[in-house]
Amino acid sequence: MSDWPLISLVIFLPLVGVAFILAIRADDQAVVAQNAKAVALWTAAITFFLSLLIWVQFDPTDAGFQLVEKAPWLPGFDINYHVGVDGISLWFVLLSTLLTVVVVLGSWHSVTSRVKEYMIAFLVMNTLMVGVFTALDVVLFYLFFEGILIPMFLIIGIWGGANRIYAAFKFFLYTLAGSVLFLVAIIYMYIFAGTTDLPTLMRTEFPPTAQYWLFLALFASFAIKVPMWPFHTWLPDAHVEAPTAGSVLLAGILLKLGGYGFLRFSLPMLPEASADFAPFIYALSVVAIIYTSFVALMQEDMKKLIAYSSVAHMGIVTIGLFTFNPQGLQGGIIQMLSHGLVSGALFMCVGVIYDRIHSREIKRYGGLAERMPAYAFTFMLFTMASVGLPGTSGFVGEILVIVGVFQINQWVALFAATGMILGACYMLWLYRRVLFGALVREDLLSIKDMRGTEIAAFAPLVALTLLMGVYPSLFLDPMAASVNDLLAHLEATTTLAAD
Amino acid sequence: MMYGLIVFLPLLGALVAGAFGRIIGDRASQVVTSALLIVAALLSGIALFTVPYGEPFTVDLGTWIVSGSFAVDWALRIDALTAVMLVVVTWVSAAVHVYSIGYMSHDESIPRFMSYLSLFTFAMLMLVTADNFVQLFFGWEGVGLASYLLIGYWYKKPSANNAAMKAFIVNRIGDFGFMLGIAAVFLVFDSLAFDTVFAAAPDHADHVTRMFGASVSTLDLIAFLLFIGAMGKSAQLFLHTWLPDAMEGPTPVSALIHAATMVTAGVFLVARMSPLFEYAPTAMAFVTFIGAATAFFAATVALTQNDIKRVIAYSTCSQLGYMFFACGVGAYAAGIFHLFTHAFFKALLFLGAGSVIHGLGDEQDMRRMGGVWRKMVFTYAVMWIGSLALVGIPFFSGFYSKDLILEAAFAAETGIGGFAFWLGILAAVMTAFYSGRLLFMTFHGKPNASEEVMEHAHESPPVMTVPLGFLAAGAIGAGFLGLPMVSGDHAFWAGSIHVRDLAHNAIEAAHHVPLWVKLLPVVAGVIGLAVAWTMYVANPLLPGRLANAVRPVYLFSYHKWYFDELYDAVFVRPARGLGTFLWRKVDLGVIDDWGPNGVAASTLAGTKRIVRLQSGYIYHYAFAMLIGVVALVTWYLLAVQG
Repeated sequence: MSDWPLISLVIFLPLVGVAFILAIRADDQAVVAQNAKAVALWTAAITFFLSLLIWVQFDPTDAGFQLVEKAPWLPGFDINYHVGVDGISLWFVLLSTLLTVVVVLGSWHSVTSRVKEYMIAFLVMNTLMVGVFTALDVVLFYLFFEGILIPMFLIIGIWGGANRIYAAFKFFLYTLAGSVLFLVAIIYMYIFAGTTDLPTLMRTEFPPTAQYWLFLALFASFAIKVPMWPFHTWLPDAHVEAPTAGSVLLAGILLKLGGYGFLRFSLPMLPEASADFAPFIYALSVVAIIYTSFVALMQEDMKKLIAYSSVAHMGIVTIGLFTFNPQGLQGGIIQMLSHGLVSGALFMCVGVIYDRIHSREIKRYGGLAERMPAYAFTFMLFTMASVGLPGTSGFVGEILVIVGVFQINQWVALFAATGMILGACYMLWLYRRVLFGALVREDLLSIKDMRGTEIAAFAPLVALTLLMGVYPSLFLDPMAASVNDLLAHLEATTTLAAD
Repeated sequence: MMYGLIVFLPLLGALVAGAFGRIIGDRASQVVTSALLIVAALLSGIALFTVPYGEPFTVDLGTWIVSGSFAVDWALRIDALTAVMLVVVTWVSAAVHVYSIGYMSHDESIPRFMSYLSLFTFAMLMLVTADNFVQLFFGWEGVGLASYLLIGYWYKKPSANNAAMKAFIVNRIGDFGFMLGIAAVFLVFDSLAFDTVFAAAPDHADHVTRMFGASVSTLDLIAFLLFIGAMGKSAQLFLHTWLPDAMEGPTPVSALIHAATMVTAGVFLVARMSPLFEYAPTAMAFVTFIGAATAFFAATVALTQNDIKRVIAYSTCSQLGYMFFACGVGAYAAGIFHLFTHAFFKALLFLGAGSVIHGLGDEQDMRRMGGVWRKMVFTYAVMWIGSLALVGIPFFSGFYSKDLILEAAFAAETGIGGFAFWLGILAAVMTAFYSGRLLFMTFHGKPNASEEVMEHAHESPPVMTVPLGFLAAGAIGAGFLGLPMVSGDHAFWAGSIHVRDLAHNAIEAAHHVPLWVKLLPVVAGVIGLAVAWTMYVANPLLPGRLANAVRPVYLFSYHKWYFDELYDAVFVRPARGLGTFLWRKVDLGVIDDWGPNGVAASTLAGTKRIVRLQSGYIYHYAFAMLIGVVALVTWYLLAVQG
């Protein structure tokens, strides 16, 4: 078993599912749709199962990359197909495969047009997401990193809302700017180090001036993905126009690419620049937390509100990543994983009632708790996870980051902690307006509680949110070796420079 | 094992009632949750008789969060302080569970209510058994959640929803301080376990650290940040505004959460942290100041409120102030003793008020009560017992604890101690007055309710009166039961409450004050009751004339010193305005106009003439991006490599 190319299997298995779906031929559209959904679910489920095997085989004491596969790809340039996982990427792979299963289940009844193509798009996403988190060659990484946008464009553009063109356009402009600079940075790195091998580059010492320019180039790309203030304005539009499943992956995985990029590229490759730019990152993150929380408070559209809250939560992440201590770094990573589960689930919560009433407007609702107790429970749980209630995943990341940054700069910690208060304000107010109050609108009187497939889609998210809150060691322990290794590297390189 | 059962039986009850309430039905949910709570209460009783005077110990449950040297466990720390709190929590909770069977009998979703009550109890027990700061915070926030859910239990009422949100958010302001306090503890001690931190605390006495860009006294800062949390949870001045509104919740909730247990968590916190606070003199003075100011402020507001529950709520706020200034002068044992006695008589007062409300068809306004004592003699009797205990009439439980607090404040012989003592005496007069006012307006005089209501006015069923009887016994007997807590040698606590100088501690000093100091609180109580009797029984027209004579003072009290109006103007409305401004003007204005839209507009203008690309199809743009990537790669291969 151990000599199987497990990671490649997980990457490419969804494409086999795509081939099957393409092969479905029938006159009756309903039959096509039913089969496409079944194939997609089975493929996603098996992929998830295989990705669990990666976890089983993973050795938590080893800080390096494991289950590595390497094959020549463009030998002339010494570019290889090189994949593997460490204690950090492991979790993002699992999150990707899990969320794919969740969104396929979640869309079971909500997607009605072009079901075949829809399922294909999500399976392709699955391949690209796993690819980006396992790639150990920068060219390969870049292909996945940018390629992931294509199915996302399509998902927003074809199954999106009324204003999807503007949203996609904005998304496109922002990311294009980042992509170009990222590419330039990769090219420079290749010229300097003579390789595109990620583990080698992570130990390459770039000259200080080059580090600054490279940092800024990478920052442009990652800050937009995170998104950090003030590069965040594409996010609310993209979320609002995306179908529910698209929002889940956008919030759950695509926003993590920026943070993951900082972890894989900026920190290990450009340690001095990272240390010097840390105050700048703190400043933007603090602004993000406070600014977007106030903006979230005034939103009238549920998805926009959650989108803005994502920017605030990702502010906690970027602060944590740049603290250079274990609490901050692990807290940042846990916060990313938690946000992947929780904001994904919150978008699904919006999706549940959008499917029934076809409105995302907060005013349109009220008093749903009476008719939808299971939904009210689910929404409440994720609301509390979003505000970081202890016992949920949201708390673990938040306290670790605040404890981490408090050791560096108490004012940053203080401002970051205001997110605790502001988050409670906008989330509880949202909940109150949608779920509580008297049920007065006539079309809401007959609204149905969640059905089986919806409950099945939420179940793993509920379980993991609580598990990560009560027993986070399950996730923290396997990443400890890799994180400590990164910290040791950072310490060695930055103190060397200081001498 | 036994301690595990005490803590987790309520959780089991909450899960059973919450998840299967619809299947097993109302009655089964009530029986399961109440029975489990009674078992926990009996076990806690055993704990109270076995744990004090002995060595503290810890029951390990497993690891929680580990990151570098940041390591916290799930564990139950059992010492005398915990044992006292276990008794307070489970005994009152058990009484409230049983009482709720009667009080909530006409409610639509009984299993949900019982589940929340048990969930609250579990969180509160986690709080008091925590052996590290983070688990304490878990319980701290857990009780906050339960409080939010229970205040907003009648979620169709907008006022209940607003009150619930307000409670959660104001508490979060306190928790924000608490969270920073935890971070500061970790920074200074590199640990969050109580044992490690407390053992190291004396070494940090009088140390100065650089934090927040300034040199600050280390332990004072930590104690101050943690106390912000306590102020939120215990509704102390400036963060008190949520507590009166919390009365929107069902009355059993007010008794359990907003009188006996959750709101006292702040006092528990300060006592638990006594090894830190003892070396933080400035923070201690602040605690004394806030406590004394709250005791006085809340009492002035309680004088004029007409809602029976609000009077008791402000009374709670005021009594919590007493507990805090006791801690502030170093008499933690007196603070916890008052917490213990207060839990019984205040829960009794709330549940008694609930019995009145229940009997009068959900009437809460005292102006529409009066003359009902013959209809509910038992309730009337227990309300008197609770009130006399609150007023501090000798041999009722409150007499022992409140007197001791005032004596300790006097014996402190500091400026701030004197301040607390005299404000405390004034508040004691007012306490007696509003207690008497409540009794006379509710039970005496001529009936002000409609004839129909009076017709149906009735005593509550045994399922409600039995818990009342139990709490009444507590309101009388808790003073004797708790006396060992406040012996001057602190032997009862076996180190769980730390005093810097055991030979000259505040409790010992309090036992040796002049006679007039010992008598003054009782005199104050008698005067207050006498004035209330004059105004509301002997001469019922007097209150109205007095209110008119000093109208501004009356209105100031009646409108609760205008805190709500002030906060609304200073925080709530500006926050909304700021949100709208940032969104409409900055996000959609500056950033979008100068950023993507501006770029888009100029790009479009340019491309329009060259190629007709703006087809509006996403895949065209995606395709264009890929072309760009390819072009760059090509350029690189040709120009750079070649």
